[in-house]
Amino acid sequence: MAAAKKKKTSRGYRTTNGRSARPQRLAIYVATRKGVWIFRGDAARRAWRVEGPHFLGHTVHHVVLDPRDRRTVVAAGKTGHLGPTMFRSTDAGRTWQEVKQPPAFAKAADGKGRSVDHTFWLTPAHASEPGVWYAGTSPQGLFRSEDGGDTWTPFSIVNDDPQFREWMGSEQDGTPDGPKLHSILVDPRDPKHLYFGMSSGGVHETRDGGRSFTILHKGLKVVEGFDASVPTFHDPHCLRMCPTNPDRIYQQNHTGIYRLDRPGDEWVHIGAGMPKRVGDIGFPMVVHPHDDDTAWVFPMDGTQVWPRTSPEGRPAVYGTRNAGRSWQRLDNGLPERQAWWTVKRQAMTSDTLDPVGLYFGTTSGELWMSRDEGRRWSCIARHLPEIYAVETGTPG
Amino acid sequence: MQVLLPSALYSYTGAARVEAQGDTVDALLRDLDARYPGIRFRMIDEQDRVRRHIRIFVNGEQVYDLERPLNEDDEICIMQALSGG
Repeated sequence: MAAAKKKKTSRGYRTTNGRSARPQRLAIYVATRKGVWIFRGDAARRAWRVEGPHFLGHTVHHVVLDPRDRRTVVAAGKTGHLGPTMFRSTDAGRTWQEVKQPPAFAKAADGKGRSVDHTFWLTPAHASEPGVWYAGTSPQGLFRSEDGGDTWTPFSIVNDDPQFREWMGSEQDGTPDGPKLHSILVDPRDPKHLYFGMSSGGVHETRDGGRSFTILHKGLKVVEGFDASVPTFHDPHCLRMCPTNPDRIYQQNHTGIYRLDRPGDEWVHIGAGMPKRVGDIGFPMVVHPHDDDTAWVFPMDGTQVWPRTSPEGRPAVYGTRNAGRSWQRLDNGLPERQAWWTVKRQAMTSDTLDPVGLYFGTTSGELWMSRDEGRRWSCIARHLPEIYAVETGTPG
Repeated sequence: MQVLLPSALYSYTGAARVEAQGDTVDALLRDLDARYPGIRFRMIDEQDRVRRHIRIFVNGEQVYDLERPLNEDDEICIMQALSGG
């Protein structure tokens, strides 16, 4: 896309060549334990019109607008008592239909096969594969749709391969509401080059469209007393690929913050520069859409019994502008004390506008944003249900 | 035969009581799915196991075996065991 310089006017944006550029209207898609809410913004991202709830009563782990067509939205949901399902929209979330065939494992001949409890992660595939999506489930499974999310089939060897099944561990090795496959990353240069993470089970890469995989755990620490050579003991919380440099991946791990620069295969611990009283534990990881040296995290208390709340009850985003060599506290506008927030791994994101907006949702149902890359924060919504995921998009 | 469903499944049927046919519980559930696509997977997982919070009763008796035979005059009740908040 041409990088036309834009100048802000009272009515939106105008290109320097004098032609009007239609301002992009952002939408924030918020998945919660009780349904989906959509916040549609004005051109300045200052006023938000709320739509919802959609699927009230459904636990929705992820809802994503397809950036390729800017119309298709897929939401992964279940109720507390029925099996999992999905919903899809072809008008950016205004109307929805239940999908025909949500992800399901292959039936096992011995009757001991796994069943999908919920779909946890959704990723639109490569730009050259319109309508193709990937999904990660709990327990860990990898699925693919080729019809815009309407039907899903198991993808690659991952789900039933004995070695992968061993690495996935048992229910006891996973997160409290089930072990998960997440962070499915697609290389924008090659549709067959994918990464994903498993909690537990480590970081994996395929360069041949899922026929073979390589594990990437060199340089990553595990909890003291465990063997770092065993993938089961690795717990990547969130992986993000830099859009402007697909060879750079940031990771918020159970043991800290890391960066990987390909073609290298060794993760570098970049959380050492975080303040000692804050630490570098957390769930989400956000990368700048235009600058591969800039990334953000939301630290949480990982001491003793792991409260997983903002350290000292003082929430803050931390950002780096130099690929993790140093970190700056970004808390202007956030509560100064007695705010014991938890932000889940999918509940923090950015937009792609200029300047970049940042967004996060808390398990206490608050939705916050910054219009200036974290310098100043404001609250968009309170009193939502527990927020599981926050995604942005610009519906067409 | 008549099947009584829990409210969580009304989004598929629009009603509490619906008609379905089958000479076993499994056949009945597959007929329900043909009439209301997607409803079976919400109750039965991909390994053909009844999901954790679903209970199926035939003439007031809970059944665990999907191959349990059915007669034309059997009363089928599918219930959802609510828990949590």
